[in-house]
Amino acid sequence: MPDVPRPPVEDWATDFDHTHPDYAANAPEIWDDLRHRCPVAHTERFGGAWLPTKHEDVARIAKDTDNFTSQGVIVTDWRPDIPRPMGYAPPITSDPPFHAVARKFLLEFFSPKAIDGWETTARETCRELIAEIKASGVDEIDAATEYAQHIPVRVIADMLGLPREDGDKFRVWIHRILEEPGQNSIISEEDTLDYYLNAKVKERRENLGDDLISYLCQADIDGMALLDDHVRGTIGLLIIAGIDTTWSGIGSSIWHMAQHPDDRKRWVDDPDVRPFAIEEFLRFYAPVTMARLVAEDVEVGGCPMKTDDWTLLSFPAANRDPEAFEQADEFIIDRQRNRHSAFGLGIHRCVGSNLARMEMAVALEEWMDAFPDFELADPAAVTWSTGQVRGPRSMPIRVQVPATAISGTAVE
Amino acid sequence: MKITYDREACQGHNRCYMLAPELFDTDDEGYAILLVDGEIPDELEEKARLAADNCPEFAIEIVEE
Repeated sequence: MPDVPRPPVEDWATDFDHTHPDYAANAPEIWDDLRHRCPVAHTERFGGAWLPTKHEDVARIAKDTDNFTSQGVIVTDWRPDIPRPMGYAPPITSDPPFHAVARKFLLEFFSPKAIDGWETTARETCRELIAEIKASGVDEIDAATEYAQHIPVRVIADMLGLPREDGDKFRVWIHRILEEPGQNSIISEEDTLDYYLNAKVKERRENLGDDLISYLCQADIDGMALLDDHVRGTIGLLIIAGIDTTWSGIGSSIWHMAQHPDDRKRWVDDPDVRPFAIEEFLRFYAPVTMARLVAEDVEVGGCPMKTDDWTLLSFPAANRDPEAFEQADEFIIDRQRNRHSAFGLGIHRCVGSNLARMEMAVALEEWMDAFPDFELADPAAVTWSTGQVRGPRSMPIRVQVPATAISGTAVE
Repeated sequence: MKITYDREACQGHNRCYMLAPELFDTDDEGYAILLVDGEIPDELEEKARLAADNCPEFAIEIVEE
């Protein structure tokens, strides 16, 4: 929990706070309200920040790397004090032209064909988790913490050649960075992601393997080995960006299915609908909101953005903009035209998008095979993360629904 | 029907490759490669439209003749 509770929000148009628990619970309603009356909201919190809610404005900012810098991508009360162009987690915090150099090291590891090679790992992970759930004999489980959470942790640990048991530590560090940015009490140096990565990079430089960390340790830019800061920053990025995000995507999909028996039936009966369903989960429950710092004064949606202001890139809000999507506020499991921006737009398109999509598809397939019928055990007990990654963090699910209660249990 | 693909606009979302593998491949870095030159065969017209209509970067266009 944050050390100091966030002050209540007076008006979401002029005083928004995406780290407030009210935002976590009601974000889609807040975006719809803002889009209607004030498409670009503002807050004096965080030293000044903007929240565009229309697809047009979000896309414009995402593609404008002159007026906006990626040096800061998580909104905090301070401004990152790192010289451009690398930033602290390349390539997500890098600007052109260095961005393309840093990104190129990762692309071939995350191309669709490279990710196909990790599908078995993901599927075995899901099956192990489901076997544990079934063996426990209980009919109520927390699908967020006992299933969805573990899948991306285990796959990314294998990709990086790190022990899966370190996953618990990853989650604590990620929580601090993403959900409580700048709101933590003093922590010991040994208990930080930086310290852990330093040790791992040092270890790997002395004893190379065939994992992604070893590859980065051997990579070079114009004959110069990558700086330790670069390797550490990129690995930190893959851990931070690769876990909570996909955990959220899987969790939101299960949350939706728990309440929509018709969509569950469609998924089970019609395998051809599944790729469309995954994209609709990504549109409707897009987990990730990115951020930029204003590099040069600029006007967006009639709002004067000043140098060093933050602006959120609310892809989840853009995905529900009725000007960009027909029936934007409806989940349509077989939506055919779906230009969603869950993985961002422009040069910073999520480098792990193929991995995330594969993990979501496999996690849903395995879950639905094992539990074709299930429901929220206590809808009011579901909690959502705060900050820039949105998904269920606690979600009690009843997995063995009595046969007599299967139909007519939809809860909106 | 013809299809055009703008490599500069493509950011490697891979939606086209998933929806229409007969028309798009991807390179080692995950950027699209348009496999057809000229007329789209009738049986692939719907897939071509899907690829165009799902590209988040508007990098694919259909040219009806």
